[in-house]
Amino acid sequence: MSRRVPDAEYIAPVQRIRLRYAKRGRLRFTSHRDFARAFERSLRRAGIPMAYSAGFHPHPKISYVGAAPTGVASEAEYLEIALAEHREPAAVAAALDAVLPPGLDIVRAVDAADCPPGSLAERIQASVWQLEIAGDPAGLAAAVAALLAAEEVLVERLTKDGRREIDARGPVLSAEVAEVSQDAVAVPRAIMTAVVRQATPTVRPDDVLAALRSVAGFAPLEPVRATRLAQGPVDDAGGVADPLRTTELSTR
Amino acid sequence: MSTSLFPQLEPLLARVSKPIQYVGGELNARVKDWDEALVRWALLYPDAYEVGLPNQGVQILYEVLNERPDALAERCYAVWPDLEALMREHGVPQFTVDAHRPVRSFDVLGVSFSTELGYTNLLTTLDLAGIPLHAADRSDADPIVLAGGHAAFNPEPIADFLDAAVLGDGEQVVGVVSDLIADFKRAGSPGGRDELLARLAETGAVYVPRFYDVRYADDGPIASVTPNRDRVPERVSKQTVMDLDAWPYPKTPLVPLAESVHERMSVEIFRGCTRGCRFCQAGMITRPVRERSLQGIGQMVESGLAATGFDEVGLLSLSSADHSEIGPLAKQLADRYAESKVSLSLPSTRVDAFNIDLANEFSRNGRRSGLTFAPEGGSERLRRVINKMVSHDDLIGTVTAAYSQGWRQVKLYFMCGLPTETDEDVLEIARMAHDVIRAGRQATGSRDIRATVSIGGFVPKPHTPFQWAAQASPEVVDARLRALRAAIGADRSLGRNIGMRYHDGQPSLIEGLLSRGDRRVGAVIERVWREGARFDGWSEHFSYERWVNSAAAVFGGGPVSLAWFTTRERDADEVLPWDHLDSGLDKQWLWDDWQDALTGYEQDDCRWTPCFDCGVCPSMGTDIQIGPTGRTLLPLAAKTEGAPGE
Repeated sequence: MSRRVPDAEYIAPVQRIRLRYAKRGRLRFTSHRDFARAFERSLRRAGIPMAYSAGFHPHPKISYVGAAPTGVASEAEYLEIALAEHREPAAVAAALDAVLPPGLDIVRAVDAADCPPGSLAERIQASVWQLEIAGDPAGLAAAVAALLAAEEVLVERLTKDGRREIDARGPVLSAEVAEVSQDAVAVPRAIMTAVVRQATPTVRPDDVLAALRSVAGFAPLEPVRATRLAQGPVDDAGGVADPLRTTELSTR
Repeated sequence: MSTSLFPQLEPLLARVSKPIQYVGGELNARVKDWDEALVRWALLYPDAYEVGLPNQGVQILYEVLNERPDALAERCYAVWPDLEALMREHGVPQFTVDAHRPVRSFDVLGVSFSTELGYTNLLTTLDLAGIPLHAADRSDADPIVLAGGHAAFNPEPIADFLDAAVLGDGEQVVGVVSDLIADFKRAGSPGGRDELLARLAETGAVYVPRFYDVRYADDGPIASVTPNRDRVPERVSKQTVMDLDAWPYPKTPLVPLAESVHERMSVEIFRGCTRGCRFCQAGMITRPVRERSLQGIGQMVESGLAATGFDEVGLLSLSSADHSEIGPLAKQLADRYAESKVSLSLPSTRVDAFNIDLANEFSRNGRRSGLTFAPEGGSERLRRVINKMVSHDDLIGTVTAAYSQGWRQVKLYFMCGLPTETDEDVLEIARMAHDVIRAGRQATGSRDIRATVSIGGFVPKPHTPFQWAAQASPEVVDARLRALRAAIGADRSLGRNIGMRYHDGQPSLIEGLLSRGDRRVGAVIERVWREGARFDGWSEHFSYERWVNSAAAVFGGGPVSLAWFTTRERDADEVLPWDHLDSGLDKQWLWDDWQDALTGYEQDDCRWTPCFDCGVCPSMGTDIQIGPTGRTLLPLAAKTEGAPGE
């Protein structure tokens, strides 16, 4: 009498769509979980026919790949959704973007079937980070050079299991500094761009800044604004390619 | 000035916990042009964002005001101590989350108090905004600090800090206040702040504390509360919106990006209550009952879901199962949302089998986890005293039905420290909980039956029959709670399936000071705040010693004290600090009901039985407004062709 059976029927997915989304402006302060909640609501509002997991507590089938840390903006975050009915990826992207708050923006969508084989996660191998740093550009450039010259730079990170040491140098594939043109601003600024390989544990902008402090004593004059410009497979030139690249046969 | 403070705030956000709560940008948030609005409101909920954002009162006023072309409203919430410290260090003043505008720039700072424990957070917000704490020190450049919410029915403890207060429903009165301020500003603000407050008071709808003098007798009680000028009423009346269908707010509920305490949409299905539970301030001060119609509710649910994307809807009121059309409403809503994954819920409701049927209807779409009931008193005798008429057999019968129909968890709410309560009354809760488990096991054949007892200290509230009662001391409350826990655990085979959640008695005593205090308590609040009191509703921040010491320092050897305001029983002839504020209830009737309580005499529910003259309907020239309408939910508009991607 009290034996419970799951209420929901298992709905098998017929299509998987991969989405690129951005976190812009003030909404850089959303955590990944905040985004996930907002995204699930937007799926409902847009009426996207999601496939659900089985069991007592069905969830819409969404796979997230990594996530930018809270406080970091991004032009390139990725996820995959499984649909119970076929839809045009571009139309799905537009419908979701219309119901998400401004600042959480869907940039692009593709049908996973149009991509070369392999999971979305397999394609996320590295990130391009842009850091807006207040400080002497020459000093920053020297610190970056020192970082690249080192084999390993250990920095401390506080996790819930306690303090851990991670190598912030190893995953850095490249890093450059560009000076920002001075206007009326009194504080000198520079932009540091770095390509960082996906590693375990992940090396984040905070860790790279800690490494600059450790290896050259460089400390920014103000809190740093970080943005993830791209994520994807590492290409031959040492940069990052588009993980949503579709195969030549598809016309989308 | 309307410039955004966000550039100054942003660098601080990287250094605080949950920065998203200060950022705004929520779905359905509105930012209006500063210069196009003549009357500008900052709406403060004086607690953390996660608690304040779902608050219906603030959301309703936010929408109502923003719908006016000549007004705008923005929201603010209490900032956590980590950000408060950084704001002080870097000179960043209190901001609204919508457009990060300085709170001091607004015409009105409307503060919604669901609980008195937000009073210290009010002071923080004023101080961070650069608004003088004392109303007497404010200039024409400062906003009118206007309190609302249930605690505004006795705002005397914070009278020094308020310019004004409004009692009751806010929808219509914020329009009256806005009209008045708009006219005043257009005329060039003649007579300044004092004249504006006089005009507000003249409406009879706004209480301006400075226009009333309070005199005290030598032995402590209030001698009199009298107006000190013309144009001001002897008693200020509460506001009541009778036609809720004409105010279908919120239409576009706010959807937070941050995690908040309720991840769902709420629709208020009626206001007021006819049950007459003697401890319940909300039930007493929101009378008379006025229902939203079945169609009105259906419309709000549908448009709210479309605007938010929530998958859960709570149908709120003080006793939702009492809505005259709750049966058809439950069935028709459940039918309508059967295919989607939207789940519906009712908050804790009365203890009877009808309620189980409703709950089953609502849970067709999925989760059937827990049901909540609120017997409140441990023994039948005590329940008669508080007018919650539930017999032991009714309760066991109802929870048994719940378990039999697949509900896994039952939560039972109680209070400790009720008038006439004995140790034995509280121990009966243990017996009841044990009986619940036994009955559930027998009915289902499974040993895995769980129940939770949730119990807190009772605080006597203004405008209730218990407003004269002596509050139980923390020592008594804590001793009874300890004994209860031991009694529950005494039978291990049953006790293991019963969880007990409780708050100890100390915060309740301070809540009591703030609930039934008078203007003399203001100095205690200020002192305790200067010593660092914040977020008194949060156990990690609340310090009982700080409050006790502050009260002792302020009251010294004089006639009043913390105990005088809390554990002392009042007499019939004492002037109560809120007597000059009219909730519509007849004070003689409240006293008579208090006497009836002491003899255990029950009062009926005026929805189903004749009126018992509490005084509200005659004083307002109205009657309780209930259905049934006999209508059905309107069919949904046909979906337009071509859903996304087709």
